[in-house]
Amino acid sequence: MSSEAKAMIRARGVSKRYRIGARQEPYQTLRDALVEMIRGAFRRRNGDDATTLWALTDVSFDIAPGEVVGVIGRNGAGKSTLLKILTGITEPTRGRVELFGRVGSLLEVGTGFHGELTGRENIYLNGAILGMRRREIDRRFEEIVDFAEIEQFLDTSLKHYSSGMWMRLAFAVAAHMDPQILLIDEVLAVGDAAFQQKCLRKMRNVAGEGRTVLFVSHNFEAVASLCSRAILLHHGRVVVDDLPQPAIEMALSRYQMPCRDDFTLQILRKEDLVPRPRAIEVRAAGMDAAAPIGYDDEIVATLQLDAPIAEGQTFTFQVHTPGGVAIFSSFHRDRAENQPLQPGRTTAVSVRIPARLLLVGSYEAVFACMKPGGQAFWIAREIWFEVHDVKDTRNEALPSKRRGLVSVLLPWDAQ
Amino acid sequence: MTYPSKDLSVAAATPPGFAEALPDEPLKVIEPRTSWLAIDFAELRQYRELLYFLTWRDVKVHYRQAALGVTWAVLQPLLLMAIFTIFYSRLARVETGGVPYPLFAYAGVVLWTFFANAITASGNSLINNVNLITKVYFPRMLVPAAAVAACLLHLAIASVVLIGMMLYYRVTPGARLLLLPPLILLTVLFATAVGLWTAALNVKYRDVRLLLPFGVQVWLLASSVIVPSSAVPQQWRWVPRINPMSAFIEGFRAILFGGSFDTPALVTAVVITTIALLAGVIVFRAMERSFADVI
Repeated sequence: MSSEAKAMIRARGVSKRYRIGARQEPYQTLRDALVEMIRGAFRRRNGDDATTLWALTDVSFDIAPGEVVGVIGRNGAGKSTLLKILTGITEPTRGRVELFGRVGSLLEVGTGFHGELTGRENIYLNGAILGMRRREIDRRFEEIVDFAEIEQFLDTSLKHYSSGMWMRLAFAVAAHMDPQILLIDEVLAVGDAAFQQKCLRKMRNVAGEGRTVLFVSHNFEAVASLCSRAILLHHGRVVVDDLPQPAIEMALSRYQMPCRDDFTLQILRKEDLVPRPRAIEVRAAGMDAAAPIGYDDEIVATLQLDAPIAEGQTFTFQVHTPGGVAIFSSFHRDRAENQPLQPGRTTAVSVRIPARLLLVGSYEAVFACMKPGGQAFWIAREIWFEVHDVKDTRNEALPSKRRGLVSVLLPWDAQ
Repeated sequence: MTYPSKDLSVAAATPPGFAEALPDEPLKVIEPRTSWLAIDFAELRQYRELLYFLTWRDVKVHYRQAALGVTWAVLQPLLLMAIFTIFYSRLARVETGGVPYPLFAYAGVVLWTFFANAITASGNSLINNVNLITKVYFPRMLVPAAAVAACLLHLAIASVVLIGMMLYYRVTPGARLLLLPPLILLTVLFATAVGLWTAALNVKYRDVRLLLPFGVQVWLLASSVIVPSSAVPQQWRWVPRINPMSAFIEGFRAILFGGSFDTPALVTAVVITTIALLAGVIVFRAMERSFADVI
């Protein structure tokens, strides 16, 4: 048997085009709508224009049975689109995927859960949605209930469940469907740390049983420890398809551009006088912008605006984990000694994160421009930065990698 | 920086002989669909249990936290019937061919309520299940189909009262009762056809959602629910004649209470239902490909 003949997943030239912005201008009259329709009909023949976006371009790979492959890349690199194509949720525009085993996905656990139904009812409904037969669910029912630890709430409506119970039940159903190919998208990011560990263990078991896993993640640590191979997507193309280590290094070098104007801007309320962000920079204090940020470095995040701020505008800064958990929020007004914001003059703000607060890992910096009351005008996201371990380890007990969201060095007393 | 080196134990863990067990032909091929009307019957069969579970969910959720519960399935048509009876039999004196007006109205209302609820529920079914559409794959047609099936159950419940009324008024149907199942089937197919259209269009044009309640009200007036089509002024007669629901409701009454069948209207209804269903499936399948992208 040649490896060419025995792939579990075979993708060839998979491409996906989205039409964007085509419906952004509201049709004013029926006549306009008709004119637009006729124009649209002609435009389609012309192929690409400004309103099309290729989310994936010519993606090809073979995945052998039992391989655990991480798919990494920035938001918008095409990771989720790839998973959606592999699960059949959306169709590729071009190309072909052959699947040689039953596919199960943990794209979003708990899909189809209904608050008005009981735990028992939701297990059956959710199982059926995930493609399980009733007999299969019957057979694994006890196991699912055990894993979720919800035995005494089986006949309670789901709306009375705590979010933790809800998550456990959702993951339990999904984890017991026994697919040969398992597609996972960041589910591990949700839930508390203990539950994440449980999920990671389950994933390791799944991989150990010789099943094929495709794992989409921002979490490089998890990819490095779980996967035997990693595919890096960038702007919808496969850039690296290799061992996790080189793929992650390449990803990091692409993530770390010193001054970034390719943040994602969410505009929540439109007001003319609000300045928009021009660039966001995260660097180690006193260092070159391209230098890696170490655990021992103070970190400076700078937001440059395209215009001076107006009266009553203020700023918030947050650091998120790749899973979207906000680690902390900082407000300009937090401290009286902060340099005051000057309406009509201030065009940049920066915030300092103390050294040895963030653990080794990748983080998202988020800036928001707010009204004093707390409503945000806009939120700028997806500026990623990485905190590296300190190379010359003077102190063996450096807490840069301990569990938790942040490292804090607390005073202890002994009586 | 260092990352844990490649975990060789994972790759090595592939059990020997596992690869040989792989089929030569792929279980599933994903590529742009080119054919027009492809209903994948094998796939629908494979997911038939999901249809059952979705229907069952729709029924259960429908009555949860409603104090009167299943009674609503009866209450809705009963109230409509009462209103029509007061206005049309007392005030306007509608000629029903010897059938007591409450019975005449209730029969019409029961079948109409099924149809109205079925097209409303299936028309909104996809946009009410965005999560399902964007997160999991399954044949999308099951969602509107389950909505129609759930309404069929409400129809069965409401029919119990119809039977009671027939006993009260001592109306006994004859051998024509054998025609009832095909007539109900036709009504279900027509409701499914309209449901497929509205559900698919609703994903892209939410105007449908706003238009639907209004459309249902107007359609009611043209469906011989309140007055028989024979009472419609001559110049408007063509409306019930090309409206399948009018033919089905009058056929329903003819089966239960006797009276003549309007055969041309029924034949027209069958033709329209067939065309609407085929076209509905084609439109649905064509639009289905972009559901997850535009919903």
